[in-house]
Amino acid sequence: MKKNLTHLQQLEAESIHIIREVVAEFDNPVMLYSIGKDSAVMLHLARKAFYPAPPPFPLLHVDTTWKFRDMIEFRGRMAKESGMELLVHVNEDGVKKGVSPFTHGSALYTDVMKTEGLKQALDKYKFDAAFGGARRDEEKSRAKERIFSFRSAHHRWDPKNQRPELWSLYNTRIKPGESIRVFPLSNWTELDIWQYIHLEEIPIVPLYYAAVRPVVERDGMLIMVDDDRLELKPGEKVEYKPVRFRTLGCYPLTGAVESEADTLPEIIQEMLLTRTSERQGRLIDHDQAGSMEKKKQEGYF
Amino acid sequence: MAHQSELIEKDILAYLKSQEEKSLLRFITCGSVDDGKSTLIGRLLWDSKMVFEDQLAALEADSKKVGTQGGAIDYALLLDGLQAEREQGITIDVAYRFFSTDRRKFIVADTPGHEQYTRNMVTGASTAKVAVILVDARKGLLTQTRRHSFLVSLVGIKHIVLAINKMDLIGYDEEKFRAIEADYREFAAPLGFTSITALPISALNGDNIIEKSGETPWYQGPPLLHFLETVQVEDDRDEQPFRLPVQWVNRPNLDFRGFCGTVASGTIRPGDEIRVASSGQTSKVARIVTFNGDLDEAVAGQAVTLTLEDEIDISRGDMLTRPEAPPLYTRHPEAHLVWMHDEPLQPGQLYLVKTATGVTPGRVTAVQYAVDVNTLEQKQVATLGLNEIGLARIELDRPVSFDPYGANRDTGSFILIDRFTNATVAAGMVLNAPDESQRAHLSAGESNPWAPRRITLDAVAATNLNLVDLTEEKGLFILDLAQSIRDYLDKGNRILIRLRDLSQLEPVAQLAYENELAFEFDRSGDGVSILLFKRGTTPLKGYGDDGTGI
Repeated sequence: MKKNLTHLQQLEAESIHIIREVVAEFDNPVMLYSIGKDSAVMLHLARKAFYPAPPPFPLLHVDTTWKFRDMIEFRGRMAKESGMELLVHVNEDGVKKGVSPFTHGSALYTDVMKTEGLKQALDKYKFDAAFGGARRDEEKSRAKERIFSFRSAHHRWDPKNQRPELWSLYNTRIKPGESIRVFPLSNWTELDIWQYIHLEEIPIVPLYYAAVRPVVERDGMLIMVDDDRLELKPGEKVEYKPVRFRTLGCYPLTGAVESEADTLPEIIQEMLLTRTSERQGRLIDHDQAGSMEKKKQEGYF
Repeated sequence: MAHQSELIEKDILAYLKSQEEKSLLRFITCGSVDDGKSTLIGRLLWDSKMVFEDQLAALEADSKKVGTQGGAIDYALLLDGLQAEREQGITIDVAYRFFSTDRRKFIVADTPGHEQYTRNMVTGASTAKVAVILVDARKGLLTQTRRHSFLVSLVGIKHIVLAINKMDLIGYDEEKFRAIEADYREFAAPLGFTSITALPISALNGDNIIEKSGETPWYQGPPLLHFLETVQVEDDRDEQPFRLPVQWVNRPNLDFRGFCGTVASGTIRPGDEIRVASSGQTSKVARIVTFNGDLDEAVAGQAVTLTLEDEIDISRGDMLTRPEAPPLYTRHPEAHLVWMHDEPLQPGQLYLVKTATGVTPGRVTAVQYAVDVNTLEQKQVATLGLNEIGLARIELDRPVSFDPYGANRDTGSFILIDRFTNATVAAGMVLNAPDESQRAHLSAGESNPWAPRRITLDAVAATNLNLVDLTEEKGLFILDLAQSIRDYLDKGNRILIRLRDLSQLEPVAQLAYENELAFEFDRSGDGVSILLFKRGTTPLKGYGDDGTGI
């Protein structure tokens, strides 16, 4: 009897292979955990790779202090459930200087609180490999990203000088101070992620499900009023609407969509029938053409 | 999206169930800048509705700004990811695209057709099962068509789609189409493809891409997408001998010792006997452990954890196999090398060789020949430079488990890494291991159209034990020494080899090097004479894997 693996089984096996290879070849790996649905799948795959042991590396969350409260709660729950150490890093310089998405604009804020924060954490713990949940289908500049993506000692990505990547043979060699970002979900699409969450019953942050939440309309997006730090501009009004999130980040920068989808199949249904791509809800991608490529070169994931 | 919209709206659970059995196909597209390759892929993404409205808005803006279609939608812009190359209008690296239908998910390796073609195409093809080779219907087969076909055959792709594009520009002429197809079949016959499917298409107009075109009533086959959805590429990996390169030993506590890895070929069940390729130790599989419960069987492609009935010494770098069909276990693989770095190969220099089982230091002892990717002619060379391909002999610091690449892409491949820069400098595909060429299952090299002739010094010398005449040899050859001749030389006997000219010297020197022989060189009237012998002072040594070399 011939058993052909389904596309999800093949993607799963590839990801597990990648995660094991990192643990076998690096001294001090870490999993960057952003709490979103892609991170949820990546964490699940890591648990599968080392079962019955817990994954032999910590989770790292670069906290901008502007994440949704639901995300922070979920983060603690998953760390406990997986039996993994959770490291949380905040760029204290940025906090001291009062950098926020409201006062400094999304570009500078992201650079300071996310990119700088990430570099600080990687330097502090001297991680030589960091798993990230990015997918190649998310954005055009990611389509050429390697699964094992080299970073200089200054965390820079050089898109013109990437190592060729063949078969499932990954070049993991680095010099002291250099590191590799590893993307086990490179070949997954948004639909694959949702199907897999459905099939494997992977827990996700409740914000993905529709519920009545307080929102204001700003710059054409629905921003959730998650705490009292969101100051209303003249003419803005808090409304209670049934909304959900297709992607999660910092609440002042993440647009909600009006939706009634409060079960996983309904979310997938909505995603399949929708006409806009998921990154549209992210303010940071809107700045300029090639903006993601620039951020990646500077060390953003 | 090109999914069953009705079912999605009415019964999402039924839809999700139907999607669970979807298969995965990885394919590569090959063509030059002018062949309409990016337009074809853009069209596939477009017509399978993988383009969202916000991406469409961006595409429309970009088409006006930097498009090449006079402001009309330029599908190629969907693909060009990096800013620099968008402005230059070229793609400079391998990019991966994704789309899916109700039957299959597709991963497309999109590679450029210009300078770095060899490196990028080999990279993209290494994981692909099908190659779509684009030909401009007005131009027919070009040098690059040969080049692309050679490269994908080298990397082991068995299924070819010959997409004869721009049919609209030749008035959908059946005769011209048939002529190109016939040319191609003749040219590709020695490359060993399992299937070649020719399609008349127009990427720009969408003819025979998603739906059958009304312009080609004479064409009876399926449109491209339908072909890709249904082509049978499921290899015979399950029927091959079992191989599990051990990636990681999972030891959370004293009671559990699991061997983690991805099954490269074959199947395994609890109770099956396994053998460790390096030590020859055997045991039986106790459990196949996964997060979702123990399995009754693991098949090729699955990432699993095995526990064994006995405590035997196994670590990362070992390969678990069935006892009756062991892999090659050798220090001296012979392999095709594709050189991928500006810095040329330094024969004799130590590199790191990364295989399915780990990293081993090793060196290239000789380049037997290089292949001109445009003419497929072989030439004698001392080394390989960027984008050159050759057959090389490798010497590893310790034996490693391999299979011939033709039999197993996962256990037959390796990469070379520069020890100082850590750059990936070459890709390698094992042909066989000369020391063990007597083994029956190593015949993979024989069917290889560009392999040099292998001459065993037994057969040639049979008529006259003291004289080997190679002056009539036309092409490239590799020399092997039969055990009987080794014994003969060990006793102090000598063999005279006649060569036509100096170009034939290299294989003789190689033979002498590998067997620790000496030779004397004479220029004779009509050629070169070589006297091959063993120095009396050299102590006798075994010729097994661990005795030769250094």
